[in-house]
Formats: sequence, structure tokens, C-alpha cells
Amino acid sequence: MKKINDFVVKFANVNGSGSASANLLFAKSLFRMGLSVVPKNVFPSNIQGLPTWYEVRVSQAGRRARRGRVDVMVAMNPQTYAQDLADIVPGGYLIYDSSLPRSFGREDVNVLGIPIARMCADAYVSPRERQLFKNVVYVGALTALLDMDFTVVKQTVRDRFKGNAKLVEPNVEALKMGREFARRNFTCPLPIRVKKVKAAKDRIMITGNEAAGLGCLYAGASVAAWYPITPSTSLVEAFERHARKYRQRKDGTSNVAIVQAEDELAAIGIVIGAAWNGARAFTSTSGPGISLMGEFLGLAYFAEVPFVLFDVQRGGPSTGMPTRTQQSDITACAYASHGDTKQVLLFPGDPKECFDLTVDAFDLAERLQTPVIVMSDLDIGMNEWVCDPLEWDDTRKHDRGKVMDAEMLDRAKSFGRYWDIDGDGITYRTLPGTHPTKGAFFTRGSSHDAFAAYTEDGQVNAENMDRLTRKFEMAASRMPKPVIRKTSRTSKLGIINFGSTEPAVREACDLLSREGYKLNTMRLRAFPFGKEVAKFAAKHDRIFVVEQNRDAQMRTLLINEAGIPPEKLVSVLDYEGMPLTAGWVKREIEAVIEKDKSVAKAMYLSAQAM
Amino acid sequence: MTYMKKPNVRHPGLRKNDLGLTRRDYEGLVSTLCAGCGHDSISAAIIEACFELDLPAHRLAKLSGIGCSSKTPTYFLNRSHGFNSVHGRMPSIATGANLANRDLIYLGVSGDGDTASIGLGQFCHAMRRRVNMIYIVENNGTYGLTKGQFSATSDRVSKSKKGEANLFEAIDLCTLAIHLGAGFVARGFSGDKGHLVPLIKAAFRYNGFAFIDIVSPCVTFNDHEDSTKSYDYVRAHNEAMDRLDLVPEREEITAHTEEGQTTTVRMHDGSLMRLHKLDDNYDPCDSESALTTLRKRYAKGQVVTGLLHIDNTDADLHELLGTTKQPLNAVPMGDLCPGNAELAKINKSLR
Repeated sequence: MKKINDFVVKFANVNGSGSASANLLFAKSLFRMGLSVVPKNVFPSNIQGLPTWYEVRVSQAGRRARRGRVDVMVAMNPQTYAQDLADIVPGGYLIYDSSLPRSFGREDVNVLGIPIARMCADAYVSPRERQLFKNVVYVGALTALLDMDFTVVKQTVRDRFKGNAKLVEPNVEALKMGREFARRNFTCPLPIRVKKVKAAKDRIMITGNEAAGLGCLYAGASVAAWYPITPSTSLVEAFERHARKYRQRKDGTSNVAIVQAEDELAAIGIVIGAAWNGARAFTSTSGPGISLMGEFLGLAYFAEVPFVLFDVQRGGPSTGMPTRTQQSDITACAYASHGDTKQVLLFPGDPKECFDLTVDAFDLAERLQTPVIVMSDLDIGMNEWVCDPLEWDDTRKHDRGKVMDAEMLDRAKSFGRYWDIDGDGITYRTLPGTHPTKGAFFTRGSSHDAFAAYTEDGQVNAENMDRLTRKFEMAASRMPKPVIRKTSRTSKLGIINFGSTEPAVREACDLLSREGYKLNTMRLRAFPFGKEVAKFAAKHDRIFVVEQNRDAQMRTLLINEAGIPPEKLVSVLDYEGMPLTAGWVKREIEAVIEKDKSVAKAMYLSAQAM
Repeated sequence: MTYMKKPNVRHPGLRKNDLGLTRRDYEGLVSTLCAGCGHDSISAAIIEACFELDLPAHRLAKLSGIGCSSKTPTYFLNRSHGFNSVHGRMPSIATGANLANRDLIYLGVSGDGDTASIGLGQFCHAMRRRVNMIYIVENNGTYGLTKGQFSATSDRVSKSKKGEANLFEAIDLCTLAIHLGAGFVARGFSGDKGHLVPLIKAAFRYNGFAFIDIVSPCVTFNDHEDSTKSYDYVRAHNEAMDRLDLVPEREEITAHTEEGQTTTVRMHDGSLMRLHKLDDNYDPCDSESALTTLRKRYAKGQVVTGLLHIDNTDADLHELLGTTKQPLNAVPMGDLCPGNAELAKINKSLR
């Protein structure tokens, strides 16, 4: 079973044992050897003691989705031995800690025992070191077994502990311990192995949350308020880390204010207050936070306050599966808050797009004077993805939207905060403190007229609601366009997807194409939908809508808001919380196509018989 | 008609302040509250304080939540931006607004329902963060807009207009504020404007979180005989602890200080505040003493008013966060966006 640069290694660990850092070292070293790696961290909602897995797919073809199944299993957690063993493909490898001998009862896998605990007990004195270095020892063994470039691995260790040099040597020694053991006791390398390749030099490995945090930095956000919640926490933390460097002034003060609020209500309130006062502001949360922010989202929609909200989605409903991925907040966000409300949503498909769409989100929010929700998820947000480098165009000007300054107020005959003088539904705002006598207005969540005055006149209120509709419809033309990929000009089969399902859908599409099924795909990137969406739907008879929720939320939105006939839209739904595999997507779609064909055949036959 | 502009008639002899403005320039729309509402007296006191302090109204932002009290920012300072937010969440809006522009004055107006019930958490955290703002609670012990339910500041001995007993202890917002470290804690009475205006003026001069709990009778639902928030009750039980004088920086300080009777506090802007104590047994600079006095007097059924506690030594939120002196909303985008060359370095660190 020879597999070069094309396999899956999975680590089964106990969380809190220090495995995450060693596993990332493994993935990063492969990435630096030019390989395409797809690391996925599968972790529990727990601090210490529960099972956790780290899966790394190496793909010769540069695939970015999970593959499923395992070629090499590093089974370090006795609690999950049975399950982990069952995941290995026939002919695959099991690496385990043989300090205590075990029997496995599977003849069709190769068992490689390494007495890791015993080796560490002999080499280290402190219990902490004995535990931590176990992880480094198995990575060391893998460097020999998979024929990894040891120079690269050592350099990765050095970079990892930059600024803490005394940790480098012990880690390299532990790596060597595992490496030497493997060389002495097994035939190295295995038929499953890597080979250095010349990949595009400039690729980066980054999580979506870090990329989004950088997006906020580049978009010029200066106020952030947040409440910790998995899987969104690392977004603000990344922003803060970079802001510490890039927002520091010479006098030691900083061009940013970051507040950890007492809850999500306060977080979004702080952001709305700051945005109303002219700063670019954002908050980041996940499903439960979205529920709490509902009332404020309605206020910001109605009072037209621009800011950016990140929803790094996780498994719902309620507390759900906090450490698993889902796309199940779509309708909750699109229609967030009571009364007639509609929110603008953006759907990044990978970390690079998290950066790009975050910058767009701030521009759109201020141009449209409304909240913009960036719909990320745990898979994009927290997993490391291999991406093209982030780019910034120094000639780009941030679009601050329609804001009247003192000079404009002096020139204007009159000012009405909600007076649609341009006819595009977007009105002019002023910032507090601008002019001694002109431009002051009262922001309110109660019904208001064109001059922001309270009204109970139903007709005036309806006119304002109609203007908000016009604005939302106009917004559709300004949204990032969907990405359409055509495999055939004549095919009537299509796929609509969005967000983190992209790699699996793209790979599945290629696999289906090989079997003669040509499907065109459209990856949505925004709501409200542009006219391209209805156009794509019109050109296809059968459209698979792939999404990670139970209730086909995007399909509902497509029917409601793009007027696509429901019978055209076939749901392909997953809500188990793991990033999708291409195999699963392919099987789901194939099954429907096969059934369609047999129905068509039966109809044809029965028609002939008549 | 749900709102009304006041007629633009001006008496030529109206007194002007140093900005050349009259009191009329600090007014708002005609109030839609009930005739005799305590809140209208507070609006008038705010107008008076701003006029006397020569505040440029456009450099002040008015913020509120939901309720009768939260409607009042439309009734004063027409030249200021206002934000009537959602129920109990004014503190977070004020915090964010202040973070974006530290140069403006932030005046939050709330009620006892808005602050002591639905908004208790945000109220506490805004104090804890030392947001530089004035926070006024127009405290009438009742829910007016929904017709007379008890609020959390309603005293246990108080009865509703229909004679129902109040089952639960009141939350005393001043005690809470002192506990949570608010540096300026005062209580006023809407029926005593002479005492209230100096309190509001002092709050404007204070750097940090200035809290004023103003007992403000609700003439429609809570001004009856068995109420402890009625005009009659408060007048009969009001115990003023002090009288305040504000001395602007530019005035020469000639007044003498009577030992033990007058405390002089230098405010952030250099002005002096003189506190003439009417009760010898407490020291407003000592929070323990203030708490003891409040507790003892409350047990006697008294409504203690005055500047109950002051501590102007602590940093405000911006100082704690180390934010720049320049308002964040005025920092040019060029200073906020690191540019492509830096992004190239960041990319490199991700390889």
C-alpha cells in the first residue's frame, strides 16, 4: 500500500496533556515541506481529561477538505482505543504506547508499538516533562516513519519557541528519541510517506479567526467589545495581539480600545455606542451570543447604526455542541430581532476570505448604515487552513459612507437624519459634537420620521419601513458576488453552497464529474442575494443545496428571498458537527441523481406500455 | 401630536452666559410627561446647570434607556445628539460612545426600572469600569408607562396606589454605587432645585463615573399617602447632608475653610468644589462612613440627600486602557491600517 504525499494521520489524545502543540508542529512541518495539509482539531468542551483528536490529511492534489478514514493512527488515549482502531483502513498503521502491552484483535492493520511512557520516565524527572514530551516523542517517531525532512522539523521547533530558547533543545532531544527508536525498531520509512515538493512559495497557514482579526486591524476598527465564547474567542484575541504591535503610539498610548464586556448584550451595546459616535467597531460571538444580541440588532437595523458582528457558528440549538462546527444560525441572523428586520450577512469560504470579507464588511456597514454579520464557523475559525497570502492594496480607501461634517452642514439648507435625499434609501448621518447649532438628532428605536422625531403616525412609519426595504434591495447589488464554477455549459444539475463546505463540495464535484455527472456550482458569499442567484437557479432544474444544519436554512432563505421554486432545491444536510468530506457529499448527491434516473426510466417505460 | 417644538419667542432681556447663550438655547421639546412630574424639574435643573457652566451643548451627548425618565432627553439640550436606546442598556451605549470620543461629555438618564431591574448588571459594570460620564436615575419607585407596578427601588414599607403591599426589600442605588467604587455618588430630590442644580454641576466637573440618584415623585402612580416616594413624604423626611458650591478655576479663592465643616475638593479641570457639611458625623471622602450614615438614616425612614461620597483619585476607563488622548473616532485611517508592507511580514510569519 504505497501512498506518497496522500494519506491521513490521526492523533488520539487526552485533552490538557499538551498534545495540541506537538500535533501542530507535525502539521506545520509537513506544510513547510511544501505539502498540502488539512489539519482538523476535534476537541471536547472541557479543560482536561476528555478525548481529543487531531487529524491531518496530506493531499497530493492540493485538496482542502477532510478525507475521512485513517492511514496512520497514533492512539495515545486508552479511553478511545477501540473506536480509533476501527477507523484505520485495512493495511494501515497503528502507533501506540507499548509501555503496557495490549492486544488489538485486528489482523489487517500494522501495529507499531513504541514504549513512549517508559522512554519518558527514563529520560525525565518531573511528572510534567514526562507527560509533555510523550507527545514530542511520537512526532519524532513519525519523522522517521514518514521520511520527514528533519531539518525542517527542527527549524519549526526553533520558530515555535522563539523568545524562549531554552525550550528548543529539550524538544529537539525528545524528537530525536522518538526518531532513533523508530529507526532501530521499524523499517523506515513506511510505504506511506512524504516527499518534499516545490509548492507555491507564498502560501500561508492560518485560522479564520486570526485572519478576521487581521481584517479588523486593516479595516481600521478602533473599538472592540466582546464576551468569551467558543469558537469565537480567538478572533478578538488575535486582533488584540496584532493591535498591541500596530496600534501603539510613540507616547505609549494606543489607537484602540478593547473591552471584555460582562455579557454579549453589553458587548454589542458598546459596539453600537462606539459606531454611533463614528469609530469602526465590532464584536465577535457564536450562536448563544446571537440570541442575546437580538434586541440590539433590531435597534441597530432600525436606527441604522453601522458595525460588524462576527458569528463563528457552532453546533446548536441552545448550548448544543460548543466545540463542533455547524451553519445553523442562518435564519436566526438573516431575520435577527423582532418586528420586520433583515440583516446583511457575509459568508467567507476560507481564512483568506475571512480577511477580505471583514474589510468589505466594515465598508458595507458604513455605506449601508446597518449591521453586517460575518458568518464564519468553527471549522474556518479555529482550524489552520493553507491559503494564498493575505493581500492589501495600499491605494484602497476605506468607505466611510454618508457622514456630514460641519462644513457640509453649513452648506446644507436643512438636515434630516432619515431624509432620503439621494433616493437610494441611504440617508446622511452626523456624529455627535460636529456643529454647535446644526445636525443634532435623536437616535431612537421607536418609530421616527425623516427628521428622527418620534412618531405614531402609521403612514410615516410605513414610509420609513419602505425606505429600509429599498435600501436592503439596493444593497444586494453591492454585495460580494457568488462564485460560480461551471463544469458544463449544458448541465441542468447545480450545487449551491457557502462557507466552510466549499472544499468538500469542490472535491465531490470533481469526483462526480469523473463519473459523468457534470454539476455547476455556485458558492454564495452574501445575503441579500444578488441577481446572479436567481439567474443560476433559472438555468438549472435540479439544485443541491449543501448546508450544515437540520432545517435547510439556506434553502428557506433562497425560496423566501430569491424566489427560487422549492421543487428545484434538493437539500443535502449534515448536522453531525464535523467538517464535511467529499465522499459524503458525493454519495448524497449521487443517490438523488440515481433515484431521479430510475424514476425517469420508470415513467418512460410506463408511458411506452400505455 | 406626540411631540412639540417650543415657540421661538425670545425675551430680549434674557440673561446670557459666557458663550452668549440663553437658557432657551439649552431647552428641548415640550415635555409630554404628566403635569407635575418630578422628571420635568430634573430636566429644568439639567438645563440650569449646563447654562451656568457655559457648556457648549453640542459637545454633550444625552443617552437613555426606556421608560418615562428615558424620554426626558428630548426635553432638554436640543443642540446635543441623543440616543434613546433599549431597556436597561444605556450604560453599554454610553461606554462605547465614550470609547469612540473621549472629548465629549456623556450624560446618561435612566429610571429605577431601567437601572435597578432590567439594567442592574450594566449599571454595575459601567461603574466598575469607571466610564467617564454622569449617570442620573430619575427614581420614582414605580413603573409609570405600564401603570403603576412596583419597581426594585420601592421601599418595603411603601404601598401601591391601590393599597397593595410591597413584598421585597428596596435596592438602594447609592449604597450599591459606593460599594462598586463609583467615585461620585449623590442623591437629590426633584422638589429641591436649589440643592439639585449644584449637585448636577459638580457631577459635570467630575472626571469618572458620577452617579446621582434623584428622588422624583410620580404624580400619577406614586404620590399617595402610603408612598415613600411622594412629594409630601420626601419633603418631610429629606435630610440634606451638605450644601455645595462650585468655584471656577479662574476665580480667586478667598473663602476660608471652617475646620470640620467644609471640605474642599479640587476637581479634574482645576475648579474647586466646596462641600459645607450639615452633618458632622460623616466624611464624604470615606466610603465606609458614607455607607454607615446611609444605612443608619434609612433605618429611621429618612431620605438622605447630598453628595454622599467623593473620591477623585482613581483613573477613568481611558486611562486604565491606555488609549490615546486623541479621540479614537478622529484617528486617521492611515494611522489605523498598517499597510501592505506590514502584511507581507505577517504573511511571512505564517509560513
